[in-house]
Amino acid sequence: MNSLIFLPILLTAFFGLFAAIMGEDPGMSVHGAFFLIAAVLAGYSVMRRNSSASGVPVPEINAEGKVNYNDDIVRAGVIASTFWGVIGFTAGLAIALQLAFPVLNFDLPWTNFGRLRPVHTSAVIFAFGGNVLIATSFHVVQRTCRARLAGLWSPWFIFWGYQLFILLAASGYVLGITQSKEYAEPEWYTDIWLTLVWVTYLVVFLATLKKRKEKHIYVANWFYLAFIVTIAMLHVMNNLAVPVSFTGTKSYPMFAGVQDALIQWWYGHNAVGFFLTAGFLGIMYYFIPKQINRPVYSYRLSIVHFWSLIFLYIWAGPHHLYYTALPEWAQTLGMTFSVMLWMPSWGGMINGLMTLSGAWDKLRTDPIIRMLVVSVAFYGMSTFEGPLMAIKPVNALSHYTDWTIGHVHSGALGWVGFVSFGAIYFLAPVVWKRERLYSLKLVSLHFWVATIGIVLYITSMWVSGILQGLMWRAYDKLGFLEYSFAETVAAMKPFYIIRAMGGGLFVLGALIMAYNVWRTARGDLRDESSPEPATPVNTSVKA
Amino acid sequence: MIDHSKIEKNSLLMVVLILIVVSIGGLVEIVPLFFLESTIEKVKGVRPYTPLELTGRNIYIREGCYNCHSQMIRPFRDEQERYGNYSLAAESMYDHPFQWGSKRTGPDLARVGGKYSDEWQVSHLKDPRSVVPESIMPGYAFLAETELNTDSIKNHLKANVMIGVPYSDDMITQAETDMIAQLDADSDGVDGLQERYPGATARNYDGAEKRSEMDALIAYLQVLGTMVDFSSFKAEGENLR
Repeated sequence: MNSLIFLPILLTAFFGLFAAIMGEDPGMSVHGAFFLIAAVLAGYSVMRRNSSASGVPVPEINAEGKVNYNDDIVRAGVIASTFWGVIGFTAGLAIALQLAFPVLNFDLPWTNFGRLRPVHTSAVIFAFGGNVLIATSFHVVQRTCRARLAGLWSPWFIFWGYQLFILLAASGYVLGITQSKEYAEPEWYTDIWLTLVWVTYLVVFLATLKKRKEKHIYVANWFYLAFIVTIAMLHVMNNLAVPVSFTGTKSYPMFAGVQDALIQWWYGHNAVGFFLTAGFLGIMYYFIPKQINRPVYSYRLSIVHFWSLIFLYIWAGPHHLYYTALPEWAQTLGMTFSVMLWMPSWGGMINGLMTLSGAWDKLRTDPIIRMLVVSVAFYGMSTFEGPLMAIKPVNALSHYTDWTIGHVHSGALGWVGFVSFGAIYFLAPVVWKRERLYSLKLVSLHFWVATIGIVLYITSMWVSGILQGLMWRAYDKLGFLEYSFAETVAAMKPFYIIRAMGGGLFVLGALIMAYNVWRTARGDLRDESSPEPATPVNTSVKA
Repeated sequence: MIDHSKIEKNSLLMVVLILIVVSIGGLVEIVPLFFLESTIEKVKGVRPYTPLELTGRNIYIREGCYNCHSQMIRPFRDEQERYGNYSLAAESMYDHPFQWGSKRTGPDLARVGGKYSDEWQVSHLKDPRSVVPESIMPGYAFLAETELNTDSIKNHLKANVMIGVPYSDDMITQAETDMIAQLDADSDGVDGLQERYPGATARNYDGAEKRSEMDALIAYLQVLGTMVDFSSFKAEGENLR
């Protein structure tokens, strides 16, 4: 059994070597080398593990009669999430500064905004968000099923295979390898690789559900399941393409023009709906009740929330294409469902927030709860703003402007970011088996620094977006357009600087978190019993 | 009410139900676009890109221009005065992938073709602030230094044929010749090029001796939005927009 694992590794090594040697463009050779190195590393670590005790399947129940949870994979996920968070936010800060100070593009191919923007979006959505989702889903599915994660090697294939996907994607963008479909930029071979990883993810998740000792599947798992299944469907459909050659990076997407546009935004909006929403709602449904130590507010609301959310979300794609060459009927459908989407979104928000009823005081005393609850508040705000912007006349003003960017970030920084930070702070002591986090005061500091950052970010983008939208359509007394395009660009400068400041604070917050997680991993506990010590006391209690 | 606990106790049933529920919206919205004839107007003039234009388009995609420039003019008074006639679905029917964009950090480019001279495009791409002081666009001087790759263009056309772009066998065999001919107004190949691609113009786009990526990108920019003649344009048939 254990030697069978070498077959896929050898295959990967072979394909890597083949692509590295035969690659028609430098990008293919570099990526072939990536595959080869990854396969060699995988082969080495499997051999090492096979010769040690950890190569043997772990018994389901340990000596103490408790379930032998696979916390190693979750620990790896917590590290990866923290690492990619810092990288992704920093990439965002870098491109925000490029928009304020264009000299920072350095006019080199691999440092221009056009190539770096997908590095930022993929790093935060897929590297940071994806690792958070994989780590938390593996934690949640084990605890709520009272079963060890299925598979000996497959969880590690998912984890490392996903990291390889991130490296292929990001290095590809810098080298100019992209199919230009937003949030689906990686080329055909990277897409195939992700499909393999993702199907394994689905299988491991389902196999763990199958092993469960609980009769019912807990609601958080419904959301994780919908996220995994739907992303698979979207990813495959939107990335259908014909490669120019099997030894080259370039491919041509199967669909063209108007059909391609709708399939892309059917994908794009549901990357938001299922990756950044359904998956993270799984986090909300587990970590908020756990941290508060109270059950979810309403079971019935969970059911209604779940099915209505996943049914309605998928229709909303056309709101990215209002007043375009997309047929009017499709736009109208998109608008109708986007507005309706407000309801299940707020149903979910209410379910999350009301879980606190009777324990509101914890908002003051527990900064992790504060982070989780404020994330749900940002979720509510973004999911109100979204339907508003999906009303056609509003969209006529907001589309193509920074308002969209602000909207995305209130969801991404406020909701996805904060709920992830809350989960990471919850998980760090669990996976390193520590009594508690190194410092709750630092969590509080992170919370405030990041919140101020978000406020600067979204308010500056509201102003710049609405201002630019109004300037584009302004007429002077004689009936001529009042502003040239260049004048509207110049007017954006102060807001781009404020936005970069907000982004900088958010990065600073993530660094504070990384420090806190690192100290927790080391087993340090900051003495925070006395009110406000003048200097941090390092008690260095090794657990 | 349906007994939800049945679904909660059966993971496979749940997967199947999820798949059904999330498929409906996509099926209803996307599938008709392939069958309703009114989705794409029947207009004259839209042709596949010439090999040089296609190469330029791939450079546009590679550099991520779509991150800041849309190619989709909406039917508003201000947009039509600023950019020209609103965009038609037919104008991107051979665009694999589409380049409609989602953000205008820079202006829309759907009809930028012919709006500026080649010389302006070269100066602007090399150093945007030399011609537009307020611009925040990166400089792309390196494109003029990068030699144009003409070897694999045949395979690019073949791949496009597989997904429905009507390149003829003649166009495929002549691809490399056409690409080189389009860079020189005095070339013998220009007649053949224009026969295969009506309205294509041949000239030294960046004015420099070298056949560079700058040539290809400018050839692409200069053809954008120029294929349909709007002085005589009439959308034929029913239009659901």
